[in-house]
Amino acid sequence: MTMASRPPEHATGAAEPIVVLRDITKRFPGVVANDRVSLDIHPAEVHALLGENGAGKSTLISILSGMQRPDAGTVEIRGRTMRIASPRTALDLGIGTVYQHPTLVPTLSVLENLMLGASWRAPMNRAATRARLDEIAALLGIALPEDAPLGSLSLGQQQLVEIVKALWRGEKVLILDEATSMLTPQGVEDLGRVIERLRDAGIAVLFITHKLHEAVRFGDRVSVLRQGRKVGSLSPEALGRLAPQEAIDHIVDLMFGGTADRTGAERSRAHRARAPGERMVIEVDGLRPAGDPDAAGEAGVSFAVHEGEIFGIAGVDGNGQKQLAEALAGQRGTEAGRIVLDGAAIEGLSVRQRQHAGLRYVTDDRLGEGTVSAFPVGLNLLLKRIGDAPFWRHGIIRNAEVERHARALIAEHDVRVPGPGTPLGHLSGGNVQKALLARELDDQPMAVIYNKPTYGLDLNNIHRARRAICERADEGVATILISTDLDEILELADRIGVMLDGRMVGIVANDGDAARRVGELMIGVGARA
Amino acid sequence: MTQAAMSQEERHHPVASAWRRWAVAVAAALLPIVLALGVGALILLALGADPGAFYYHIVKRGLLSWIGLQDTITRCAPLLLLGASLIVAFRAGLWNLGIDGQFLLAAVISAALAPVLVTVLPVWLVLPLVMVVAMAVGALWSLLPALLKAYHGVNEIVTTLMMSFLGISAANVLIKLPFDDPTTTVPQTATLATDDRLPRLFGSTINVGVAVGLAVILFIHWLMTRTAFGLRLRLVGANPRAAVHVGLPLGALMVAVFALSAGLAGLAGAVEILGVWGNVRADWNPAYGLMIIPLVFLARFNGIAVIGFVFFFAVLSIGGETASRKAGLPNYFILVLVALMLIFLALTEWLGQRRQMAARD
Repeated sequence: MTMASRPPEHATGAAEPIVVLRDITKRFPGVVANDRVSLDIHPAEVHALLGENGAGKSTLISILSGMQRPDAGTVEIRGRTMRIASPRTALDLGIGTVYQHPTLVPTLSVLENLMLGASWRAPMNRAATRARLDEIAALLGIALPEDAPLGSLSLGQQQLVEIVKALWRGEKVLILDEATSMLTPQGVEDLGRVIERLRDAGIAVLFITHKLHEAVRFGDRVSVLRQGRKVGSLSPEALGRLAPQEAIDHIVDLMFGGTADRTGAERSRAHRARAPGERMVIEVDGLRPAGDPDAAGEAGVSFAVHEGEIFGIAGVDGNGQKQLAEALAGQRGTEAGRIVLDGAAIEGLSVRQRQHAGLRYVTDDRLGEGTVSAFPVGLNLLLKRIGDAPFWRHGIIRNAEVERHARALIAEHDVRVPGPGTPLGHLSGGNVQKALLARELDDQPMAVIYNKPTYGLDLNNIHRARRAICERADEGVATILISTDLDEILELADRIGVMLDGRMVGIVANDGDAARRVGELMIGVGARA
Repeated sequence: MTQAAMSQEERHHPVASAWRRWAVAVAAALLPIVLALGVGALILLALGADPGAFYYHIVKRGLLSWIGLQDTITRCAPLLLLGASLIVAFRAGLWNLGIDGQFLLAAVISAALAPVLVTVLPVWLVLPLVMVVAMAVGALWSLLPALLKAYHGVNEIVTTLMMSFLGISAANVLIKLPFDDPTTTVPQTATLATDDRLPRLFGSTINVGVAVGLAVILFIHWLMTRTAFGLRLRLVGANPRAAVHVGLPLGALMVAVFALSAGLAGLAGAVEILGVWGNVRADWNPAYGLMIIPLVFLARFNGIAVIGFVFFFAVLSIGGETASRKAGLPNYFILVLVALMLIFLALTEWLGQRRQMAARD
């Protein structure tokens, strides 16, 4: 993951830019999403566009891909000013976009998905589609199971299909919006190779990300957006001169203007005011979550968490962490095992009874199950307390109480929202997570399970979330922190358990050597518990 | 945008934006009707009828004549109850499309029960008792789809429709065999004496059924919007996975929704029999259920708005009978108008969404 992976001799930026954005401005009620943003996109170059959530990246992409029209400013393509009136125009102009969210049909085969774009009048032509697919796959240096249902592919492969689709008509500009957010580390590596091949084939790649190291790793040129404005950029020449760490320092300065909390790791670890207590709050003994025959070996999962302790659960995604969390929260049945909360067995209790007993679960599926997009923020903040006093009396809602509660939590957790009545679906990802944390940490929790609490957030919100986790632990909350981000676990946890194939393969103290041992356990080397 | 700026914005505009939203909602609801009447006029012209006369007769008979107005208001009673029934189900995301079967079966049981009960019990007791039994009958008829949906995930659209056909057939079997009144030549149930029916209001032909309907739909609107129970149902409808996540008993709630929805459909059947007909003839099936679905959609599941649409539709159907006859058209022409409204509803919905997306851009 260093800059060395970029061929230094590669001639980038030599050619004239294929797309030039000039002083693009886009306003929404109350917000300037893009404020005179100018951007050059060169052929045979990866232009990394970096910015926090809400910095205006998505707006800029949607202007380029024809989803929205700028209020001011021009888009020049191959030197000519163009009006990108619709996504179709964008494609006609040779701009292909891979969106953050999947746009393919899981039940159709790879080939059929690619045939969907054809005109409805045209006869379906499998042979031609297959030939075109092979052609692009060869360009990308990949092989795809063409006749397998798309849903059976890994997320990484599905994304490759999205890229193939975006290049289907010989597009010369490829926009990748947060392309790595769904991928495993291996998937990110594979994507990196594909991007390099695209660049070498002369394609202009606009790589949008909020992850700094990805911008430096993939980008030949890096531009930084901040609060709707382009605050700076690094040309290929500048990037080439700087050592990787210098480049990162420079970009962080651009992104946060010196206010960044770059030593956040050390800081938040130092923030732990108290050592974990002696009292056992959660004991899990031989727990086997139901429903997943592969997950959890015969022995089940066992661990204990003390008062004020952060117990990290590390592991590559999909090794039974979610099942474990759901079984602990009561959403998923258990086949065997015991869960003891504060001395009382809770494995027989319902989700609600466990909540009342003081157990909270911060789900990683924030929009899918954690919140209701159509409901106002105020109700989402009380979603797990429907019918409880003082917000409902005799089963009848008291809107004043609901609003008072919402305003307090919104202020306390700095949720950026017009008001408690705004539908939650209007919030940005970072603010949805703030609202979710506000809900779960409200009302004196005794133990909290966090599942990937900072997944998909920008740096500021990541730090904020981690600080909240630490503060709660300092108040004595027994904390289970499930994360696929090893750095996060190492930063926050007191002890670390590692999950592999549904089993807890080892528990280590978070001391100087933890990173190596946890890493070994994660990939199946090292002792098995 | 800063917190302060936002709250300021909020302080300045709430009233204006609330009015605007309200106006937009009303326009969005009325636009499909206006367009449907317009296109309906063109179709009438094509059929050689005078659209002006046609609509005039509808309004004259359904709204402006006292006899017609009484019929219109009376017709509202079952429609309001069926509307309430659908609001409960649709808001909870469950498609109870079996209300015709539930309605008819409950109507037949009411018709069979009431004339017998009045011989042993006072009328003031019989009427509510029969209504409760009718609700139970309706609820019972939804039990199978409810359980299949709640615990096996079987699509309720299919099962409720099937049960509706079965219910309509079963109702006819009941009329022709056990409940057949031997004193009449056509197969029908025994008839409830006019004096034993739902009391009339102020010397008119309007019975208290419409009051029951109004009370119920207002209650249901309040239940869905203001109570914890209603919020739980809406949560199930808006995001069932979130309902599981927050620990709601999804299966039990679904069964409750079906019971309530089908119970109200049953109540509609009882009110129609106890208030208007007094008996059920074989093969009688007004199929109100299928007509009320578009109205509930036009009202966007809002109980208050349903009242308006139901009244409008009642005028249309009562006045339409006369207007169709005078224009020499089949009575079903009213259904053409309703269908047009639904098509234009879908169109305005689509345009509204596009506009909203454009506004968000």
